[in-house]
Amino acid sequence: MGLLLKNLKPYKMTAIAAVLLMLVEVMMDLLQPTLMAHIVDYGIANGDVPYILQTGVLMIGVALLGIIGGCGCIYFASITSQGFGADTREQLFSKIQSFSFDRLDQFKTSSLITRLTNDITQVQNIVLMMLRMMTRFPLLFLGGIIMAISLNAKMALVLLVTIPVLAVALFFIMRKGFPLFGKVQKRLDQVNSASRENLAGVRVVKAFVRSTFEKTRFNTQNEQLMEVSIKAAQIMALLMPLMMLVMNLSIVAVLWFGGIQVNTGTMQVGEVIAFTNYLTQILFALMMASMMLMMVSRAKVSADRITEVLQTDTSVKDIGTTGLQSTEGLLQYKNVSFHYPESTESSLKNISFTAKPGETVAILGATGSGKTTMMNLVPRFYDVTEGSILLNGTDIRELKLAELRSQIGIVLQEAVLFSGTITDNIRWGYQEATEEEVLAAAKAAQADEFIKKLSDGYDTVIGQRGVNLSGGQKQRLSLARALVRKPAILIMDDSTSAVDLATESAIQQALKEQMEKTTTLLVAQRIHSVMGADQIIVLDNGQIVDIGNHLELIGRCDVYQEIYRSQMREEAI
Amino acid sequence: MSKSSHTEEQGRSGQGGFRGPGPSQVVPKVKAANASETVKRLWGYLKVERRSLLIVVLLVIVSSAFNLMGPYFIGKSVDSLGIGPGETNFTTLSTFIICLIAVYACGAFTSWLQTYLMAGVSQRTVTNIRKEVFDKVQTLPLRFFDTRPRGDIMSRLTNDVENINTSLSQSTIQIVTSIITVTGAVGMMLLLSPMLTLFTLLIVPLGFYVTKQIAGRTRKLFAAQQKELGTLNGFMEEGISGQRVVKAFGREEKMLEEFQEKNQRLKKVGTQAQIISGFIPPLMNAINNISFAFVAAAGGYMAVQGIITIGIISAFLNYSKQFSRPLNELANQFNLLQAAIAGAERVFEVLDEEPEFADQKITRPLTKVEGNVVFEDVSFGYKPDVPILKEINLTAKPGEMIALVGPTGSGKTTIVNLLMRFYDVNNGKVTIDGQDIRELNKDDLRSSIGMVLQDTYLFQGTIKENIRYGRLEATDEEVEEAAKLANAHTFIKKLTKGYDTELMEDASNLSQGQRQLVTIARAILADPAILILDEATSSIDTRTEMLIQKGLRTLMEGRTSFVIAHRLSTIQEADQILVIKQGEIIERGSHEDLMNQKGFYYDLNHVQITAQDKLTSLSTMVQSIPQG
Repeated sequence: MGLLLKNLKPYKMTAIAAVLLMLVEVMMDLLQPTLMAHIVDYGIANGDVPYILQTGVLMIGVALLGIIGGCGCIYFASITSQGFGADTREQLFSKIQSFSFDRLDQFKTSSLITRLTNDITQVQNIVLMMLRMMTRFPLLFLGGIIMAISLNAKMALVLLVTIPVLAVALFFIMRKGFPLFGKVQKRLDQVNSASRENLAGVRVVKAFVRSTFEKTRFNTQNEQLMEVSIKAAQIMALLMPLMMLVMNLSIVAVLWFGGIQVNTGTMQVGEVIAFTNYLTQILFALMMASMMLMMVSRAKVSADRITEVLQTDTSVKDIGTTGLQSTEGLLQYKNVSFHYPESTESSLKNISFTAKPGETVAILGATGSGKTTMMNLVPRFYDVTEGSILLNGTDIRELKLAELRSQIGIVLQEAVLFSGTITDNIRWGYQEATEEEVLAAAKAAQADEFIKKLSDGYDTVIGQRGVNLSGGQKQRLSLARALVRKPAILIMDDSTSAVDLATESAIQQALKEQMEKTTTLLVAQRIHSVMGADQIIVLDNGQIVDIGNHLELIGRCDVYQEIYRSQMREEAI
Repeated sequence: MSKSSHTEEQGRSGQGGFRGPGPSQVVPKVKAANASETVKRLWGYLKVERRSLLIVVLLVIVSSAFNLMGPYFIGKSVDSLGIGPGETNFTTLSTFIICLIAVYACGAFTSWLQTYLMAGVSQRTVTNIRKEVFDKVQTLPLRFFDTRPRGDIMSRLTNDVENINTSLSQSTIQIVTSIITVTGAVGMMLLLSPMLTLFTLLIVPLGFYVTKQIAGRTRKLFAAQQKELGTLNGFMEEGISGQRVVKAFGREEKMLEEFQEKNQRLKKVGTQAQIISGFIPPLMNAINNISFAFVAAAGGYMAVQGIITIGIISAFLNYSKQFSRPLNELANQFNLLQAAIAGAERVFEVLDEEPEFADQKITRPLTKVEGNVVFEDVSFGYKPDVPILKEINLTAKPGEMIALVGPTGSGKTTIVNLLMRFYDVNNGKVTIDGQDIRELNKDDLRSSIGMVLQDTYLFQGTIKENIRYGRLEATDEEVEEAAKLANAHTFIKKLTKGYDTELMEDASNLSQGQRQLVTIARAILADPAILILDEATSSIDTRTEMLIQKGLRTLMEGRTSFVIAHRLSTIQEADQILVIKQGEIIERGSHEDLMNQKGFYYDLNHVQITAQDKLTSLSTMVQSIPQG
């Protein structure tokens, strides 16, 4: 929370202005009962009509002054909280932009999005409330006590009884209620995840005719949610009536003791009325302040979640200073080992190989053998744990990160596109690309044909809810996006898996023709995609089993033969 | 529920709730299309709670009445105090004070009881609705899920139902209480002094006017804010989920720039909205204070004239507050209620969907299935004018393996969807053992067909439970046996808790291959006569696939199976290969037949062959190739 409060600094002046203006509003509010008491005790008692009217006008004036205070406060409080919210959001977003992949893994996409949206909103709201209500109620509370004591110190003793009673009641209800709210949330999450699962697996549920089973399962969770919700709501049902009862009973007490005092002449009727007014103000303020606490504790969870991200630093440090010497793609792995921060086991062990400019190096291996990890090290999504990777002879950690990545075109396993037109998406790879270059890239990626068939061709808008592209089409677009960069190194991480065989070989053909200088790293599952490679790295359990071209490997490498056989069968040989 | 000296606090406390940024003072208006119909239907759910509801309504009336009596007795007590020393009438004072204590105690008790009862009523009702929606969703055809984003269905099942809950438990009570309190307060005031009532009410139109003016303005601003927020959220969502690509392409700076621009736009309109809407509470506060002044001055004047007593002034001060707060509250609660009704409408929309095969009256049970599957001149399109499948004819004899091959989107999956009756044919018919599947009991039909899909759907629960999903009454031994056949037993045994290992959401603690093995075990346990494998191995690497293939082969033995796959290795052994392109079967036959035809299938494979061209000639030189 402290870290976030720093973000309030630029808004110190507006924050102070908001608090001061709130003080004005509170003071004006506190004046009203006293003025009213004057009307009763001087005006009515003496039959002084002009005095009554004068005081009435004065009260209206006071009320109008209150408007200035109240509206002024909200004006400055809004500027402060919105500014604070926007700044924090930007800080968070920019922090995430700086993260290395292990940090993204650590937080998960959906959780980062919640932090950027809901959590920021929560914190922003709490700032607004701090500036308005959390100053208002304590001020009303204190001011009310001061006014009550100055009105009649002896009568103020009533407060000595009611405030502790109220505080204790509040404490007990909340202590019982809070854990229940936590439980309600948990059960609600369970119900939601049960329905999410059911919707996701609707085909399987239908195929296995399991709707009755699913219904029973859901119903159990649904009823569990109901039980705990009812319990929580019933406990909270105590809150308001109990508070009101305490408040009202203290008014009754004031009336009774007021009677005694009025009778002995130590107090006047108007003062008794005013006193009841102050009393309700004080107790109400106390109650609201406790409600505020509830909100603060909710916001604290959000604040902690934001701070957690802000305090996390990227593990890939961009401290390199060396500029690029050449735009060739000579890539060397030297004894590279790597393990993910949360795991103790190495994902890659002692990997060494050299990819010369223009070469195609394919990596083959089982799921989890470390193929993708190996690719992720080149653009420094993660940093090697041991050993080094050299680009044109320079350790990539010594290069400026932006320059390193500008040399790399990468097509990830999952084809992620952004909302915008098709052209926008391809140009995403290289902002300055001309129309011709975009077209050429699309053609090489075998995407031109289907793009032309779309209603608006290259100007077709794709978005989260836009045109439905098939998996293969998305993959081809993300390939075009990488190709338009004319990268020195092209990384294709199993990125044509959803493309049919004919298209895939057309792609490979086009790549061979148009990217002859580009070093290509290729992760693939189908053996025929790797057979044409200059080098094939067979990876198993994070270690290189063998390196060689197809012929060499088929002659000597067991693992390779096994894969080959499984896909090709004997007659093809 | 009782009076409070400063009335706007309640309204203010409503801020910063769950309803997005900005005070909830002005709830963005959501219009319900047919409110009265929806309310009537909601009432249908409440009917079972009739008795409790009746008690709640009575309690609301009683507690409001008690709370209205409070100020009256305060006024009476004040009058008993007298004006000067020695004038206090302790007999009447003590009577009124006892009355006050009784009134307040009863008021507190009744308002507690009503909330207590209502908690049960609303929760039970909502649980019912939620159950009904979920049950309904189970009966809906696949078409429903295909045409709607999953998030939309989810939000109906969660948010919208939750909205109904809040409005039932809070808004309705609040609205009834407010109405009773307002009319009651006006009544009491009129009873005490019609003249002073006039003065008190003088300020009310001003309050209405101010709120209306501001509300009109803020609605526009909130709409604008909501739009900017939507844009920014969409941008952030895309930016974060595509973060890896952003980094890969070094687009961080550019993203940040775009973000800043959108963020500033939101800040600007957000600040405006917040300021303008934030004016309502202080203005209402001031209006209350002015009304307070009116009552004090006018009341004072009238007291001097001897028209009223001081006690009446004090009662009025309290009533005027009881009166103005509910008015503010009423507008707010009404908007909440509107939102809830709109939510209920969305929920009812789901309930009104046509269930699967609603028109089907008579169904024949399907007992023993041989596995003779025939498609006769089958045509199908999701929309009648856009055919997906044209004139499909195929015959699968018991135990045969049929491979469906073709480019993405050619209609392979649609064929198996028709066999499962996820969709119904437009023309022609599909028969199993000579019976039109439309005449069969759909549960029997589906039970006799097993499916292994590319998407492995496993639910949160143990591995054992997930396998048993195939046949709920299977014993532990049978589950284990199925896992062994599927080649899943070995990896399951290696897990710390074995078959009792809890799967996390999306089964993320298993690898893709392991998940697939579990689904195969599940299908084996189900022991269907007909099997569908839809790209079951496409997202798995080849070595893992070999493991799975063994499992699949066991599974396919003696069953009629339909296999959709990219990989030749899977396809080649098929008894029949059907090549489908743009919804038509263009080639059919065994692998050898089709290769000899040198048609589309040959071309598909040619890719592999050409890639091997150099190799085949070379590989003859490599004598050391072991044969598999």
